[in-house]
Amino acid sequence: VKKFLIPLALFFGLVGFLAVGLNRDPREIPSPLVGKPAPAFSLHTLDAAAPMFGPDNMKGKVWMLNVWATWCVACREEHPVLVAFSKANQLPIVGLSYKEVQPQDQPAGRQFTPEEKLKLARERSALWLKRHGDPYALSVLDLDGRVGIDYGVYGVPETYVIDKEGVIRYKRVGVVTPDLLQSTILPLVQKLNAS
Amino acid sequence: MKLNAQCLKMMAVLAFTMMSLSTPLQAKEAALLAEDPVVETRLIHISEELRCLVCQNESLASSRAELANDLREEVRKLIRADKSDAQIKEYLVTRYGDFVLYRPEVKPLTWVLWFGPFLLLLLGVTGMVMYLRQRQSDGPAKQNLSDEDRRKVQEILKSGDAS
Repeated sequence: VKKFLIPLALFFGLVGFLAVGLNRDPREIPSPLVGKPAPAFSLHTLDAAAPMFGPDNMKGKVWMLNVWATWCVACREEHPVLVAFSKANQLPIVGLSYKEVQPQDQPAGRQFTPEEKLKLARERSALWLKRHGDPYALSVLDLDGRVGIDYGVYGVPETYVIDKEGVIRYKRVGVVTPDLLQSTILPLVQKLNAS
Repeated sequence: MKLNAQCLKMMAVLAFTMMSLSTPLQAKEAALLAEDPVVETRLIHISEELRCLVCQNESLASSRAELANDLREEVRKLIRADKSDAQIKEYLVTRYGDFVLYRPEVKPLTWVLWFGPFLLLLLGVTGMVMYLRQRQSDGPAKQNLSDEDRRKVQEILKSGDAS
């Protein structure tokens, strides 16, 4: 064996590791929630006349939970994809409006009451959905981000696929792309619907 | 003119004294503003071991991200509910995964992480020892000089001295 080949092989090994490491998205953290029941919640929806909504209402259906907010910039990229997807009626998409009213939205020196927050969140979200299209069967309002914590949300948008038994089957952190829908989400939904 | 200069000097001294006095006063105020100090101490202790998920190289204790704020509030609630440190960490791990822990649990999945560096060190040391031993056993044979060589060396050294 030629001796100069040893450092060369080590070098290429290192390059290999770096190539794999650099092509990974450090923001993508495997969620411990996949395979676990979707955490329960009971939240107001955008429709003031509608009753509170929780994951139990979707028992027996395969559905998608999409975390969004009108202040979320990446959601603007994702939104048209979801609107187009919802027209195909593959599965119901439930929106989770995450912390719609931010602390800096409040008037100086005063905190919003929960009622004010709810009202403002409804107004803003409805207006935004009217302007950009509404892919959601309904949208619940997680005003203080408590439900977001239970779902391990750390960056909006996030998307979950939940099966008929209410178990989380898939989680996506970041923008859902048409490619991702076709290659991963749709096959999974079809499989879950069949079972 | 002279009076004016002295006046300025006095004012500077006064300003400096006030500034140096006001800093500890402010610190005291901030400490008072914080809620239950026992809870806060525990919060800092726990959250230093937790990673902020938004800015991944910051601890939950030092991050100013909004999510970190929310999570600190959540940890405060758990502390007030008399949960143990282990229970609080478990609470966050079930939601965000092992990634939130700066010191992940030792389990089969994290063995490579915990023991990998030591394994690499062991491999390196073994390789080095093997290499050195080989060189040592090869070495003397190569260094064996014939009497002729020694004589030449002496000659060269001597001629070096002369010049």
